[in-house]
Order: sequence, then C-alpha cells, then structure tokens
Amino acid sequence: MFGSKRRFDIKSYPGFLPVTLLCLVILYAPLLVVTVYSFNASKSITIWEGMSLRWYVDVFVGPESEKFKVAAWNSFVIAIIAASVATTVATLAATGMIRAGKFKLRGLSFGLISLPLMVPEIVTAVATLIFFNAIAFERGLMTILLAHTAFCIPFAYLPISARMQGIEDSYEQAALDLYATKRQAFTKILLPLMAPGIISGFLLAFIVSLDDFIITNFVKGAGVETLPTAIFGAVKQGIKPNIMAISTMLLAVSIVMVTVSYFVSKSDNTK
Amino acid sequence: MNQDNIAINVQRAVKRYGTFTALKEISLSIYDNEFFTLLGPSGCGKTTLLRMIAGFEDVTEGAIQLFGQEIETLPPNKRPVNTVFQNYALFPHMSILDNVAFGLEMLGRSKSEARAKAGEMLELVQLSQFAKRKPSQLSGGQQQRVALARALAPQPKVLLLDEPLSALDLKLRKAMQIELKHLQRETGITFIFVTHDQEEALTMSDRIAVMSAGELQQLGSPRDIYEAPRNMFVADFIGETNLLEVSVDDIQNGRATCHLGGGHELTCNEVQGIGVGAKVHMSLRPERLFISEAAKETASLRGKVVENIFVGTDISTIVDLADGPNFIVRTSNSDRGNKRIFEPGSDVFVNMELGAARLLVD
Repeated sequence: MFGSKRRFDIKSYPGFLPVTLLCLVILYAPLLVVTVYSFNASKSITIWEGMSLRWYVDVFVGPESEKFKVAAWNSFVIAIIAASVATTVATLAATGMIRAGKFKLRGLSFGLISLPLMVPEIVTAVATLIFFNAIAFERGLMTILLAHTAFCIPFAYLPISARMQGIEDSYEQAALDLYATKRQAFTKILLPLMAPGIISGFLLAFIVSLDDFIITNFVKGAGVETLPTAIFGAVKQGIKPNIMAISTMLLAVSIVMVTVSYFVSKSDNTK
Repeated sequence: MNQDNIAINVQRAVKRYGTFTALKEISLSIYDNEFFTLLGPSGCGKTTLLRMIAGFEDVTEGAIQLFGQEIETLPPNKRPVNTVFQNYALFPHMSILDNVAFGLEMLGRSKSEARAKAGEMLELVQLSQFAKRKPSQLSGGQQQRVALARALAPQPKVLLLDEPLSALDLKLRKAMQIELKHLQRETGITFIFVTHDQEEALTMSDRIAVMSAGELQQLGSPRDIYEAPRNMFVADFIGETNLLEVSVDDIQNGRATCHLGGGHELTCNEVQGIGVGAKVHMSLRPERLFISEAAKETASLRGKVVENIFVGTDISTIVDLADGPNFIVRTSNSDRGNKRIFEPGSDVFVNMELGAARLLVD
C-alpha cells in the first residue's frame, strides 16, 4: 500500500479528468436541474424566476394533490409489504440454498432465483398480465402487490445470499455445540449475523418496488395508480413544475435509503 | 487419568462419504480425566472422528459411548461435550462475557447466574478485564482463551479441541500448550485434542492415538509411541529417525542380530512377531546413536562423515555407510565435551546402545 501507490496512480492517466467530468455531468446534471427547478417560483419549467416552495405546497394542497397523495400512499404500502414478504422469502431461500448442504438441483435452484433479473422487464410484465388474465384475477392493487412481491425476491436474495456466504458454518455449529436448539442457533446467531444483508435486501427490494413502472402499468387496474404511473400520467399532459417537486422528493427518499444501506453493509459484524 | 472409568468408547466406528471411507473401523477407549490426543497428517480422519464425537458428523457404522451412554444418534446440543473450534468461532456480535455465558443460558440457567459463572471462567483464563469487549478487539491468543473459557463454562464431561493452537505463533503456542495442560489438570475434565503437530502431541498428552489414512496406527503414551513405534508410519511421523531395511539373522536370549547388506551388522531387542529370516524395517533415533573410531559389540556400521550441520541445540552429523544408506546422528551440544565431532571425510563407526534400534512389525 505504501510502495505502489504512486506508480499506478490512476489520476496520472491522460484524459482522466475530462472523462470523469463528462460522466459526472451526464449522470447528475439532469437530477441537479430537476432539483433546482423544483424550487422555481415560475410556472415555466425552464425560466428561473426566483426561489419558492410553491410547487411543493402545490403537490400537497394543489388541484392534483388528492391524486398524488393516493398514488404515493399506494406506492409506499405496496413497497413496504412487497419488500417485507420478498425479504422473508429470500432469507429462507438463502438459508436453504447455503445452509442445507449440497442437494440435487441446487445449481438449478440458484438459476431459477436469479433468472428474473435477466429477463427483460417488458416480457415479465406481459407474462404477468397474461397470467392474471388467464386465472381471471381482477386487476387492482392486489395484482400490483403480488407482481411486485414476486419480482422483488431476486433483488432481495442477492445481498442476503452474498452475506450468508460470508458467514462460516462454525458459528452455527458452535451454537449447537453450546446446547442451543436449531431454532435458537438461527435466531440468536445466524439472524443477527445476517442482519446487514437482510436490511440491504429489504432496502433494495423497497426501492425497486417503489420505482417500478413497466410491470405496474401492465397489471394495475383501471383508475389504480402508484406514484410512477401517476407521474407518467401527469407528464403526458405536459410537464409542470409540481412533477419536479415530486421527483425531487422521491430522489430524497432514494438517497436516504441508499445511504442507510451503505452504512448497514459497512457495519460488518462478523469481523 | 482414571483407567477404571472410560469417558469415550468408540466401537468399530466407520465413516463413509459416498464411496470414500474416511474412517475404517476405529475402536478406542479414552479414560476419564485424560489428556488424549488424536495425531496424524491432514486427511487421516482425526478431525472426522472428533466431529463424530461432537455430533457434527453422523456415524456410518459402529457406536460411540459417553460414560456408558450411547450418544451417536444424539444431536450436538444433547451431548454433554463442548468443542474449541480451530477458528474459535466466537460469536462476533456478542461481548466476550455473553459468548462465555451462551452455553449456560442455553442450558436454561438464568442470565445473572450464567454471567456470574462466565465471569469466573474469564478469571480462570485471565481475561476478566476484557469481558465487555467484542471478539474482534482481542488478539489471536486472547480469542483462543475465550474459546476455551466458553467451551469449559457449561462444565462438559469431555472437551474436544480441534487444532486450537494452529493459528498461533510458535512462542504463544508453546505457552498455550503448558496452559492447556494445567487447565486440564485443574478442571479434571477429559480433553480430546486433535493435532498434526507431533511435538505438540508429545508435550501435552497422557496418551496419543496416531492415525493415518482412516486407520489407527498406534495407541500409547508419548514415550511408547516415540521409543517403541509399532510400524514404519509411526516411526517416520513421530520425530526424526533413520529407517533401514534389515534381515533378521539370529535371535538369542531376546536379542536379534540383523544385517543390512554391505557387511553391516547390528544387534537389537527382539520384537514379538518378527522371527529369524524376516525382512523388516528398523528405526534408529538419531539422538541415540553416537560416532566413534572403533566398532562396538552392538553394531558394526562403518562409514565416512559427509557433513556436520549445526541446528542450535544439537549437531546433526550425516554419515555415509560403506555400500549402504546415509545415516543421521545427533549429538547434543551440551555433551560436546564428551563427544568428539569428526570432520567431514573421517572414517568412523556408527554405534548405539542396545535398545536404540527398534524393529518395526510393518
């Protein structure tokens, strides 16, 4: 660490600075513009007329507030329930896959859990819609919840299983050796050690659910909206600054989640 | 060690993984209050046997009894034995005190009682001042002692130790060997210790079971194993030795006269099961040999000194026997006044007392 740090210093490569700046601008300039203009006093989305919170007030009490409130409520309820159920299923799946020793079809099981991550979302959306139609399941909030729960599982599974693979078998064996039952070994030793992975998994699933548009748009019933579909609906009638205010708030929620997730995964309690 | 009371009785225990046999019909008895060591190279089945006693591996065939009670079908948490794991496996999210109290709490003791007892255990291993710390804040040697305290706290009938010293550096390992031995005497608990380090086994054990390829090679006191190895594997694995192929020419009055070709002859004690005409191996410990200018009656091994190697406490002299193999002779540096060191190229005889050479059954 001391000797090699100068020789391979990436900052000395030609073009490092411009490429870095370009990437940062492409990634963050749009977000920055939306955030700044959400505080604009003007009705226009491009002309700055001074600092104001009017669009935030508009989101909560304006003519469209009722629609957005219902949509936001739907989004958060669905995200919380879907992420909770998906995290539970993923935790059990990871326990089975990693703790139950080798079993037949283990490779296949892993593939089946991870595959949905690679299937184009539009295909999943169409398939889910056809499935609900085929079993004559009436579309509404429930269809969104079921679909979200299902597609959140692989997202929750990844951090949980990664975490679990880092936990050696000997902790559990030590617990059993010290007279704990299997259940006690799981709840008192394994679960606390897995907690960072489980929390990360939950947060990831939550964000994925909160943010989902394509599948939701396909399986939602008429008149049922989540925040993304409501925003999309509003944008179709022209972009108003209140959309930027909502987007900024969503962005804030994401930043909080990601930050929490980062600190949780950094607190490695096995070392 | 109490020979009337058998702590662990392993009867014809077999362990198979699919078609691979890790343990081939092992039978042995471990006495109450004994420091017993399972010694062997990696893959010999010693850890498998330990894990079978702990309950982490099931027994394919045979039986294991703990003070007369069949335990081979009990889950690990129903067996009154505790394990010190190779990597210690201290619960990283718990304090040192909670780690040590864990077993007692799981046994149903109240939290305060378990903690009080855990505090005593920490005192025993001299770590009371670290009770509130997390395992990661302790050094390797300290973690090792916590693991020991944790395993001893529920007062198991037998303590199982799976190569617990292998991660420590040499000095600390030596200190821990003595501490372990003291702890075993103080607590009176039967220790079953697994190691691949023969020196460690010799230092600490009341008895040693030498294992190789899933089989028990020899069971005996450290002295038995070292001085009267039963076979080539044991002679070679324990300590340094000269292994020779010899023919037994004559046996009289309990003494066997053997030759090894090239006109070299030597006499040693008879070993049961080896008769006249047998072609067997012989083990000669280098420290029991000495070099002189003339032949003695027990041996006539003529050769030339090749090299003297200084190894701290001893000098190793390599002697090339005329028409024979190379010999290693060790001379203690404390004896230097009495024994001559011959320069390379000197013509010498390798000599020994009767009993220094040991015939090996197989």
